[in-house]
Amino acid sequence: MNREGQSTVGAQAMQASRDRWQQEFAAGAKQPGPTTNRSGIPIKPLYTPEDWSGAQYMEQLGFPGEYPNTRGIYPTMYRGRSWSQRQLIGLGTPEDYNQRVKELMGLGASALSLIPCNSVFRGYDADEVPAELLGTCGTVVNSVDDMALAFDGVPLGEMSTALNDPAPFTLLAFALAVARRRGVDWNRITGTSNQSDCISHFVANHMFFRLALQGARRVVTDHIAFVNQHVRQWNPLSIVGQHMQQAGATPAEAMAFTLCSGIQYAEDCLARGMDPDQFLPRFTFFFDISISLFEEVAKFRAGRRVWARLCRERFGAKDPRAWRFKFHGQTSGVDLTRQQPLNNVSRVTVQAMAGIFGGLQSLHTDSYDEVFTVPTQQAARIAVATQNILREEAQLTDVIDPLGGSWYVESLTDQMEQKINAIIEMVDAAGGMYAAVESGLVQKMIGESALAFQTRVDAGEQTIVGVNKYQIEEDARDYPAPQYPDRERMAAHVRRLAEFKTNRSQAAVDRALGDLARAANSKKDNTFAQVVDAAEAGATHGEICATLRRELGFGQPLTIV
Amino acid sequence: MQNRPPRVIVTKIGFDGHDRGSRVIAACLRDAGMEVIYTPPWQEIPTVVKLAMEEDADVIGISSLATDHLIVPRLMDALRDAGLQDIRVIVGGIVPAEDEQQLLRAGVSRVFHPGAALEDIVKEVRQLAKHRQEHKEVQA
Repeated sequence: MNREGQSTVGAQAMQASRDRWQQEFAAGAKQPGPTTNRSGIPIKPLYTPEDWSGAQYMEQLGFPGEYPNTRGIYPTMYRGRSWSQRQLIGLGTPEDYNQRVKELMGLGASALSLIPCNSVFRGYDADEVPAELLGTCGTVVNSVDDMALAFDGVPLGEMSTALNDPAPFTLLAFALAVARRRGVDWNRITGTSNQSDCISHFVANHMFFRLALQGARRVVTDHIAFVNQHVRQWNPLSIVGQHMQQAGATPAEAMAFTLCSGIQYAEDCLARGMDPDQFLPRFTFFFDISISLFEEVAKFRAGRRVWARLCRERFGAKDPRAWRFKFHGQTSGVDLTRQQPLNNVSRVTVQAMAGIFGGLQSLHTDSYDEVFTVPTQQAARIAVATQNILREEAQLTDVIDPLGGSWYVESLTDQMEQKINAIIEMVDAAGGMYAAVESGLVQKMIGESALAFQTRVDAGEQTIVGVNKYQIEEDARDYPAPQYPDRERMAAHVRRLAEFKTNRSQAAVDRALGDLARAANSKKDNTFAQVVDAAEAGATHGEICATLRRELGFGQPLTIV
Repeated sequence: MQNRPPRVIVTKIGFDGHDRGSRVIAACLRDAGMEVIYTPPWQEIPTVVKLAMEEDADVIGISSLATDHLIVPRLMDALRDAGLQDIRVIVGGIVPAEDEQQLLRAGVSRVFHPGAALEDIVKEVRQLAKHRQEHKEVQA
């Protein structure tokens, strides 16, 4: 019998088998009907080569580190090096933060993060806000001196730092000023400007929104241009899907909208005449990882493929490094529950697995107590241990893209890609992501998805253990107590800010802020270069933000119910 | 007067901008037939007081995720100073147990935690609005 004959026999046998199975399944299954995942994709009970044949392996998948990067952005992936374990830290005064950082460095941490206080996120100094709120959710850093205290003993040229630092990027400016004081070459400094994606703040996580949208857009592009030139190992942009998914976007929507933002940032850089092979390798992404494991894996694999194609085909990048979709993942806080809080350890484990199978470069695992408070030390240790257990006990990293080739995961990846591309087309038709968020289109879609999910939970269609099923009687007094910074130490810190302002050269500060205001009104100047000058001259965070707000407008996002 | 639907302000004070909760609650109260006055986050306390007065609100709902509940006692003081102590205030979000006691002592009517059923929130708001309307009639 020839080969064709054999395959016909194989196909007939398969069809017979499939028909038999379908009958048996229909007779025995409790839920024979279709279910859907969070992105609204129907999920079948079984996948076979009929769903994904692998015929287009090279076009759709390729090998790791090879276009379109579906299987991973590096040839070696976790066999080369593990993802970075980057836990978020930030609480209290700069000294409180520094103490925690030194502890972590003692435990071998190779990467740090700095989360500033919410008052900093909103663009204010410590002496402008209610004292109760200072340092409760992050560190109060308002000046170059504060940053010097926060990073005391931290080798800035060796330790990668992720700063939660939206436009106008004062924290990076303070860090650069500290580096200059210490004689550290700026080109040796590595890390990322997290929360630099002004679009995601306008849409979803409004916490980081300081300047009017189009003003922030200008400063972000200035920042990318400056950093590409003067701090060449720094990643100036982290494009964020996390906020939108936390706000209720489905995984497919979150990925699609994030890529739409990426398109706008890239096209703004291209419009300035910047080289895609230079700026794209420094673009990074940041995503939420929900507990919907297979859907999340498919989201990341599809996102990697779509971005690679955008970079090569739409932006014209030729260097393979410019096609890489580098991303940090954070396990989803929205999935965590206040009820039976230790269950959150299990949830975070599943979420982290989804991120690892999805091929992330950097991971933050939430502490189980994040629904109550800034993590306690014990909970933070469990979160880090979870990553170590998955990597070294469960050996999840032995095989690159281990779910690749699964008929289910590949079929789901293709369907997620179709959903993502459909949304990108819709946003393009609306005039791009800036236009789509200014008209409220994106916010409306996310709001509808959030309400739809909550309705499913309330109806019991989506189980949440301990919340709408398997509840037990609990005493709220057993929940972890909140940790707030020491009031006296914080008051002393606020007094020190006043001294800092008295001791600096007011003339130098006034001159620098004047230059900043002028730069904001001149298309030729780089606003971020002036922010750096102002930071070095002793201007505070609140003063820099106030100056730019005067010139570029106050950030008030569109909110839609 | 008794028959007018409950009027409720849904807002956020302080610095946090996570507004998924406040938007879901606002939509849900509106769908339940209430008159909802929704604001974006970061409202100043005097702004909320002024809004409550202008809108003749029965209930103010404060959504808090990132410790902004710590300044709710300031709001209670400001309402009292403005003679609006009959307006009921509820708080929803991440509020630790010991802070909840402090808020209740400051005059907050009820604190809702993550996982609270939308149905219970609607019922409570309706009840509080009814109390306030009855209280107003007695006063009149």
